[in-house]
Amino acid sequence: MRKIIYIALMVYAWQMNCFAQTANTPSLSAKTLSAQPLSDNPALETQVNTISNELRCLVCQNQTIADSNADLAIDLKNQIRLLLTQGRTQAEILDYMVQRYGDFVLYKPPLKASTWFLWLGPFIILLLAFFFLWWQIQARKKLINAQQFSAVDLARAQALLNNSAPNNLVRPKDQP
Amino acid sequence: MKRFLIPLAIFVLLLGFLGLGLQLNPREVPSPLIDKPAPNFTLGVLGNQASSFTPTQMRGQVWLLNVWASWCVACREEHDLLMALSEQKLVPMIGLDYKDKVADAEIWLKERGNPYVLSISDSKGQVGIDYGVYGVPETFVIDRDGVIRYKQIGPLTPQILQEKILPLIQKLNA
Repeated sequence: MRKIIYIALMVYAWQMNCFAQTANTPSLSAKTLSAQPLSDNPALETQVNTISNELRCLVCQNQTIADSNADLAIDLKNQIRLLLTQGRTQAEILDYMVQRYGDFVLYKPPLKASTWFLWLGPFIILLLAFFFLWWQIQARKKLINAQQFSAVDLARAQALLNNSAPNNLVRPKDQP
Repeated sequence: MKRFLIPLAIFVLLLGFLGLGLQLNPREVPSPLIDKPAPNFTLGVLGNQASSFTPTQMRGQVWLLNVWASWCVACREEHDLLMALSEQKLVPMIGLDYKDKVADAEIWLKERGNPYVLSISDSKGQVGIDYGVYGVPETFVIDRDGVIRYKQIGPLTPQILQEKILPLIQKLNA
């Protein structure tokens, strides 16, 4: 129990740390926010937003930089805007970020040697599950086929099948 | 009894993976800059804006680039260690004052001591982006040819210094 509380506290502290990254520097973030050159070109802003949604904020790792207000996320959004105005394409900008921050900065990890299990793992597990199901069904079939019925049982089953109308069903009282 | 063994085994395996996951530090993202040339830049020196610094000046020697800021809480943790390291004169250390106000940075160095050969002022964080900085403090080990050989994210500890950084510097200097 203690350990669980300890882990919960750690997670909480880490979250707080994320906020602290932005909150600790009121003068600094305020300055960056007000200085953010929100361009009056809506097409450019849409593009900035599209690319921002592809990138992970490394300060608060479960947010994209589009969602995050951490200082670094704001800086990177400004950098994307700057690169776009310099005529760079989306692919070039994503590459620019990967060169600096690594594959982890991409919200959608690329398919390569180190990530194939991440991409294919769920399908492998699904296939295994299907195989397990098939295997169980086969085993059950074998079990049913191996059952031996006495002549009395078979006759009773036949009688029940012949008088299948519910009213005619007579329930034997002394079931073995 | 036997039918419970398989689910139990799967559960224990899952528990093992989750336990392993708890040991990892998600904030430590491997840098793609390791074994790549340190990005070049030219920035003004803190406290002496007339002179400037560029990494090519350090060619021919192994050096440390330590990213710090006066607003950075974790930098306080490692500062005493940096002071001790600079007294040993094992390796020149350059400070990158990241997204900081010059006045605040100068007060910081005056109050706590200055472990750096010099610090450069990256007030806009542009060099920080080029070096993939996201968790100040960060420390880069750069070799004689200007190639980044190691990156420490977060404060240095005596253990990391003794076990990783100092042996690496020794090896690079050999």
